[in-house]
Amino acid sequence: MTADPILMLRDVSVRLGGRKGFLQRTIPPVQAVKQVSLDLRGGEILSLVGESGCGKTTLGRTILGLQRESAGDILLEGSTVSGLAPEAARLARSIVQYAHQDAGAALDPWWSIGRTLEEGLKIHGVGNASERRDRVAAMLQAVGLDATSARRYPHEFSGGQLRRLALARILLLQPRVLILDEPTSGLDMSVQATVLNLLLELRERFALTYLFISHDLSVVERLSDRVAIMYLGRIVEMGPAKDVFARPTHPYTRTLLAAAPRLSGRRASGSSLVRGDPPNPALVLPGCAFFDRCPLAEAACQEAAPRLESVAAGHEVACYRAFIEQTASRSVLRHA
Amino acid sequence: MTPVLSVRGLKVSIRTDEGMAEILDDVGLELERGRILGVVGESGCGKSTLIRAIMGILPRGATVDRGEVWFEGENLLAFSEAELNDQVRSSRIGFIPQDPLLALNPVFKVGSQMLEVMRWHAPDAKDPGGKRGGERRKAHVARLVSLLRRMQVPDPETALERYPHQFSGGQRQRLLIAAALACAPGLVIADEPTTALDVTTQHQILLLLRELVAEFGISLLFVTHDFGVVAELCDDLCVIYAGQTVEKGAVQAILEAPSHPYTRALLACHPDRATTFLGIPGSVPSPLARPAGCLFAPRCADVRPLCRTVRPPQALAGSGAEVRCVQFA
Repeated sequence: MTADPILMLRDVSVRLGGRKGFLQRTIPPVQAVKQVSLDLRGGEILSLVGESGCGKTTLGRTILGLQRESAGDILLEGSTVSGLAPEAARLARSIVQYAHQDAGAALDPWWSIGRTLEEGLKIHGVGNASERRDRVAAMLQAVGLDATSARRYPHEFSGGQLRRLALARILLLQPRVLILDEPTSGLDMSVQATVLNLLLELRERFALTYLFISHDLSVVERLSDRVAIMYLGRIVEMGPAKDVFARPTHPYTRTLLAAAPRLSGRRASGSSLVRGDPPNPALVLPGCAFFDRCPLAEAACQEAAPRLESVAAGHEVACYRAFIEQTASRSVLRHA
Repeated sequence: MTPVLSVRGLKVSIRTDEGMAEILDDVGLELERGRILGVVGESGCGKSTLIRAIMGILPRGATVDRGEVWFEGENLLAFSEAELNDQVRSSRIGFIPQDPLLALNPVFKVGSQMLEVMRWHAPDAKDPGGKRGGERRKAHVARLVSLLRRMQVPDPETALERYPHQFSGGQRQRLLIAAALACAPGLVIADEPTTALDVTTQHQILLLLRELVAEFGISLLFVTHDFGVVAELCDDLCVIYAGQTVEKGAVQAILEAPSHPYTRALLACHPDRATTFLGIPGSVPSPLARPAGCLFAPRCADVRPLCRTVRPPQALAGSGAEVRCVQFA
C-alpha cells in the first residue's frame, strides 16, 4: 500500500433534484452528500457503509463524474478533476470505473457478451478487431469464465457469473480505482464467497484500489482496510476497519453494528434497537442529523452539526457526546 | 407434544419441456407450537416449492408424488382446493411475503385490501350467530387498528385509509405482518421477509416477530438464506439441499457443531467464519439430472466411494441433529 492518496475528496457536497416553482409547486433540492472529505490510498479497500438513502451511491456516482458536485474539490492522482462538465469530467476520470449493483441490468440482453465487452475498447479506440477479441478472451479467463462465453447472451448466465462479466467489462479499460456498489447483494452465501475471493485476486493482479459500497457489515469487516460510516449525507465515523468494529464510537455506528445479524447467535434484544425509520434525506436540520434517533442526544446536538474529530490514529468521529463519554470514562479510569 | 406442522418425505416434481424435474426429493421437517423454524438453503434448493406445497399453491404441472403435510392433526394434501381456501389459507396459515410492494395492490387502500381477507377468513366470518355486516366490519377494523398499533405503524387509525406507496419499506412489511396475523392463524410462513430491508429495520422486524410468536401463540416457519438471521431469530433449523433435508435440529447445536458437509461448507462461506473466501465448488445439481447416490457428493470435500452409489440414510449426529450423510450412518 502506498502512502499518497490516489483519490482525494475535499468538502464535497451534492445537491439532487429540486424544482423552481413558476406554474408548479417548488420542490427544494435534496442535499444528498454534505461536505464529505476522504482520501483513498492506492491499493486499499475503503468501505462506505450506511442505510439506504444515506448518499453512498450518490457519492460513488459523483466520484465517477456521472453526478456533478455542487461544492468541494475532487483530486485524482493529485490533480483537480472537479468543476468540469459531466462529459469532460468522465474523460478526466477514466481511471475510475463503477460496478453496478444490478449486474444483469448493466448488460444489454440483445448483445452477445463479446460485443458488450468490446464496446468499451472500441469507444476508447483500443487496437483493431482481432486485438480487441484477444483482450476480451484474456479478461474473461481472468475473471474465471470460459473464453467461449463471449458468444453467449446475458440470460444464459447465473447471478454470480453476471457479476464476473460486469467486472470483466470495466477491467478491460484498465482502471486503477473501482467503485463497487453492493457487489454481492442478492447472491447466495457460497457464490458471494467466490465473488469476494475474485475481487481480492483481481486487486492483487491489476493493482486496484476499491471503494466498496455495502450495507453487509459481516462482509465489510472481513474485506476492508478502512471503513467510513455515512448517515444522511455525512460521514459520521471513519477509521481502520479493525478499530471501528472493535471500538465503534459514534452512537449510530454502535446501533448499526448491534443491529447486524451475526453468526455468534446473540439474540435480538430491545436495548440495541434503533428508534424510528431511516430519515428522509429531504429534511434539513441545523444540528446533528442523528439527533432524533440518538440515545445520547442532548439539546446542544440540535444547534450545529458536529465535525469529524480524531479519537485515535486515523479514527475520526463526528459526535459531541461520544467525546464527552470517552473523556469521562477515561477520567474515571484515571481516578480509579 | 405433536408438532403444529409436520412434513414427511415430501416429493414434488414439475413437468417441463425437458422432462420431469424433481424439485423436492425427500423433505421432512417438524415445527412445534410456539417455536420458530428456519429453513435454509441456496437458491434452487426448493425452499419456495416447499412453502407452496404446504399451502397448496403449487404451479400448474407440479405434482406431489409422495409424502404428507400434517397441520394441526390433518393431512393438508388430502384437502380439496375449496377446502383449503375455506378452512386453511389465511384463516389458519398466515403468509408474509418477501416483497411487500408486490403483495399489495397499488390502486386500493391498504385497509380495504386487509379487510377483504378478514371478511372471508376471520374466525367470526362464518359464525351465523355472530355480528353481521357493518357491525362485523367495525370489529375487524378495530382488530386491525390494534394490530397495527402493536406493529408500531405510526397513526394506525389513518393508516388503513392510505395507499401502499405512502409507506416506507419497513412499514409495508409491518402492514403485511399485521395482515398475516389478522385472522388469528396458528402457523405463519415467512418467505425471506427481511432481505429487502436495511439492517436497522431488519433488526426491528426480527425483534417484533420474536415477540409476536410468544404473544399470539403462533408458530413461525421462516425461510431465509442468511445464517446470521437464523442465529438471531430461530429456535430450530432445517437445512435443505437439492430438494432434500440434509440436516435438522436445534439452531444452537447446529451452529456450534454443524455435521453435514453441506452445512459445514455453507457456514464456512459466512464472512463471520470464513478463513478464505473459497465458496463451495460447483453448483446445485439440475433437478432434471440428479446424481445417483448422495446429491451433495459432486461438491463434497469429504466424499467417499460409497457416496457416489448409495443414497445416504437419515442418521443422528453427536450434536443431536438429524443428518443425511453416510459418515453418521
